Amino acid sequence: MKLVNLKIDDVDISVPAGTSILDAAKQAGIKIPTLCYHPDLPVKASCRLCLVDTGRKKLETACSTPVKEGMKVITNSKKVRDARRTALKLLLANHPQDCLTCVRNGSCELQALAAELNITDISFYNMVEKLPIDDSNLAIVRDQSKCIKCGRCIEVCQEVQCVGVINSSFRSGEYKMTTAFDKALAETDCVYCGQCSAVCPVGAIYEKDDTAKVWKALEDPDMHVVVQTAPAVRVSIGEEFGLEPGSIVTGQMVAALRKLGFDKVFDTDFTADLTILEEGSELLERLKNGGAIPLITSCSPGWINFLERFYPELIPHVSTCKSPQQMFGALAKTYYPQKAGLSPDKVFVVSIMPCTAKKYECARPEMNSSGYQDVDVVLTTRELGRMLKQAGVNFENLEPEEFDDPLGISTGAAVIFGATGGVMEAALRTVYEIVTGTVLEDVDFKDVRGIKGIKEAEVELDGQKVKVAVANGLGNAKILLDKIKNGECDYQFIEIMCCPGGCIGGGGQPYGTTNEIKEKRIKAIYDADKGMELRKSHENPAVKILYEEFLGEPLSEKSHELLHTHYVSKKK
Amino acid sequence: MAKIVELITENVGKVRPDSLEDYLNASGYEALKKAFKMTPEEIIEEVKKSNLRGRGGAGYPTGSKWEQLHEIDETPKYIVCNADEGEPGTFKDKIIMDKDPFKLVEAMTIAGYTFGSNHGYIYIRGEYPLSKKTMQKAVDLAKEAGYLGDNILGTDYSFDIHIRTGAGAYVCGENSAQLNSLEGKVGRPRIKPPHLAEVGLFKKPTLVNNVESFAAIPYIVLNGGEKYASFGTKESGGTKLVCLSGNVVNRGVYEVPFGTTIREIIYDLGGGMPEGRKFKFAQIGGSSGPCFGEDKLDTPLCYKETGKNGLIVGSGALLVVDDSNCAVDFAKCISEFFVHESCGKCTMCREGNRQLLRILTRFTEGKGCKEDFALIEQLSNVLPISSFCGLGETATRAVSTCIELFRDEFEEHIEGKCRAGICSFSEGGK
Repeated sequence: MKLVNLKIDDVDISVPAGTSILDAAKQAGIKIPTLCYHPDLPVKASCRLCLVDTGRKKLETACSTPVKEGMKVITNSKKVRDARRTALKLLLANHPQDCLTCVRNGSCELQALAAELNITDISFYNMVEKLPIDDSNLAIVRDQSKCIKCGRCIEVCQEVQCVGVINSSFRSGEYKMTTAFDKALAETDCVYCGQCSAVCPVGAIYEKDDTAKVWKALEDPDMHVVVQTAPAVRVSIGEEFGLEPGSIVTGQMVAALRKLGFDKVFDTDFTADLTILEEGSELLERLKNGGAIPLITSCSPGWINFLERFYPELIPHVSTCKSPQQMFGALAKTYYPQKAGLSPDKVFVVSIMPCTAKKYECARPEMNSSGYQDVDVVLTTRELGRMLKQAGVNFENLEPEEFDDPLGISTGAAVIFGATGGVMEAALRTVYEIVTGTVLEDVDFKDVRGIKGIKEAEVELDGQKVKVAVANGLGNAKILLDKIKNGECDYQFIEIMCCPGGCIGGGGQPYGTTNEIKEKRIKAIYDADKGMELRKSHENPAVKILYEEFLGEPLSEKSHELLHTHYVSKKK
Repeated sequence: MAKIVELITENVGKVRPDSLEDYLNASGYEALKKAFKMTPEEIIEEVKKSNLRGRGGAGYPTGSKWEQLHEIDETPKYIVCNADEGEPGTFKDKIIMDKDPFKLVEAMTIAGYTFGSNHGYIYIRGEYPLSKKTMQKAVDLAKEAGYLGDNILGTDYSFDIHIRTGAGAYVCGENSAQLNSLEGKVGRPRIKPPHLAEVGLFKKPTLVNNVESFAAIPYIVLNGGEKYASFGTKESGGTKLVCLSGNVVNRGVYEVPFGTTIREIIYDLGGGMPEGRKFKFAQIGGSSGPCFGEDKLDTPLCYKETGKNGLIVGSGALLVVDDSNCAVDFAKCISEFFVHESCGKCTMCREGNRQLLRILTRFTEGKGCKEDFALIEQLSNVLPISSFCGLGETATRAVSTCIELFRDEFEEHIEGKCRAGICSFSEGGK
């Protein structure tokens, strides 16, 4: 690798050719402010906050300028400071000054930069124009008045997710990040993955806040309020309280939820195990008796939205299993009240999800097999963080507690649902034992792990080779789906997760998520799996009892009624 | 007394634009025939010797641009002619396209041959429908007669030219934005590096030259670079098409050798101000160029001398403003143009220009204040060194030079006074 020598301020440094000044400065321990820049997205160089002096007439943006041999970079001079502060003041002059009541108060990158660059007055004329807020759907809110035109949302929507709902339109002062013809998101093909809300540096795109509904239910003495937590939340909620990314805080999370007043703290992992039994049986059924192969997983509601809007012809390939959250909802209002002696109409189900699409999923009209809306409210990890802060819960110092029985019992196979490849690995652990009738000694299917966009593996099941693939991020899913459509695909089983990295990278996860942080969360997920006594879904004792007492067997009539669903084309 | 020369305008008005025969009778395609006998290196050498510099406005040495592209091995290469001519007050490329279109076709074919390229594109501004029609006709006729298309003049070299039009965005005159537009994308400028010679049209090595730059190529090939250069000054080779507009008697396009003074252009060729009016200031190089007063009129038009005097050659636009105009109103109009044309992508240009316009509008309404000068100064200092592309870099130039020249007029406007009587303070001013 060719090294390039340069000097940044007073630091001599050698970095590989092609490195940006920004990355080189990072290595030299020099911080350059950035705003439109995001480490996992293409460089745009549009905000002009990272300007540095390279000795040329013009200042250059550190994010987009590659280093050169012998380059001398000045990151802190009057010229540089004046330019950066002018850029920031120009943005602020066109940004509502309602930080105190903004959803991003305290987590806003623009606000942080204003402090960092010591902005005490804006001097320019106020250009703020109040634009209508788009809250047309159940998941994502867009407030274009707050948009600073960094373009991150466009890149995740276009390049990463290939959904292509948000793009730029118009120019100059009217330049904006918006939908085609400025339609409300609900009228577009938005899949509600929320990746735009996760990368938005300000309060221009955010999840619909449903915390008030939860507070209300918790206050209601007639309601029995239960909560389920998705696998990925336990390795990310700690970040809301300043803990290191990748901290496993399952026990503290359970304790914190009890502090909020939930009557029972359950675990989506329970129904993740259940999913494996249903979906694994479905796979074996299709392999044996025919049916659309490859079978594709159905846990990820953003992916299901994508399927219905862009690939409805592949609906027969997708498992009829509801997502674990919806299986939980159906059981929480049937099996659970029956067992606990409660009236199902007095059970209120809250989900804590890393996901914004779950908000849409829980309100789908078919998700009412209990006779009620199975899941009442979905909160993102971020919303839970807000509730806990509001309640003054001293999260990091809580004594760990255990989930409640019976819907809180789970295995390691369920935990790994939170990372890309996890559902596949969990399914393989179970399917292997069912098919071969022998004990699987090494449960780690490492080929399907990791943040790579598309992963493949081959597993021998009783002499038969099964080829599987895993895609995370809809852009990668699209590659596999096109292959299936064109008949170029010889996989039997495919896992698709809507968000890059899987649920640990979900659109509702703590702000500031990067690939680096996702890797840490993934590591934590597999550490949590390793720490579990049981690591195969079919060994979950509570699931066994559920079948004995209530469902009968996988793919039974009752299972179909409560745990399975169907999809319809929503292609426009 | 200024003299007009006819190197690249030799055929203007003398040949019918839709007649290949006329063009051939006027020694058309002799340059291409000669080029076919030369090596690419020899052609590039002549272009270098000519001291030709980019006539679109940036003034980058054409020979160096050609040499850089020649050194790149990757194929295919594309030849693009920038005919967006969006700089206000510039209408010279239109003359070539409308009056002598075959010259542009021949020039691009020579460039194509030089780089082994088989495809050229002419990106014509949307507001020039006639030029589009004329150029397309010329391309078709040249193709029919074997001067374009497969196996040109019986050689094994093939070259085709495609005509494309813009949709009215000034920023598409910026080469990288233009290539985006050509590719069917939104016409916003690209991050550089990589340079267009390496990653250009459809991500392939690309030559982008202005119409006027191309139009000089046949002369240079036929008569040699030195001969072309001899018309200009030492470092500014050849001639420049100047577009004279504004408050002068004889507006129009003039081909002058470099070294002609601005005074000669305005008074000898342009006939000076209309009767009874006095010269107030002029703006050179289009809306992105600086304004200047009487004291700089004797500056010779060439890259070196204009540079020394804070002026530019730019696109060759020369806008003359007489004393019936208000400097503040003028600055505001220029600012309106840039607000309209900013692509909106970068903070500096999008937000900076609208601030500037807001401030200037306040002045014209008698609502300006002393503090506004500091804001204009801040924007004028920062935008040129920190905008994404040339648009933002040059957007404040006219305003800041106007204030340098006429600060007293700006101050009068704070008091609600416009000496030219242009600004109405009907809303009452302060």
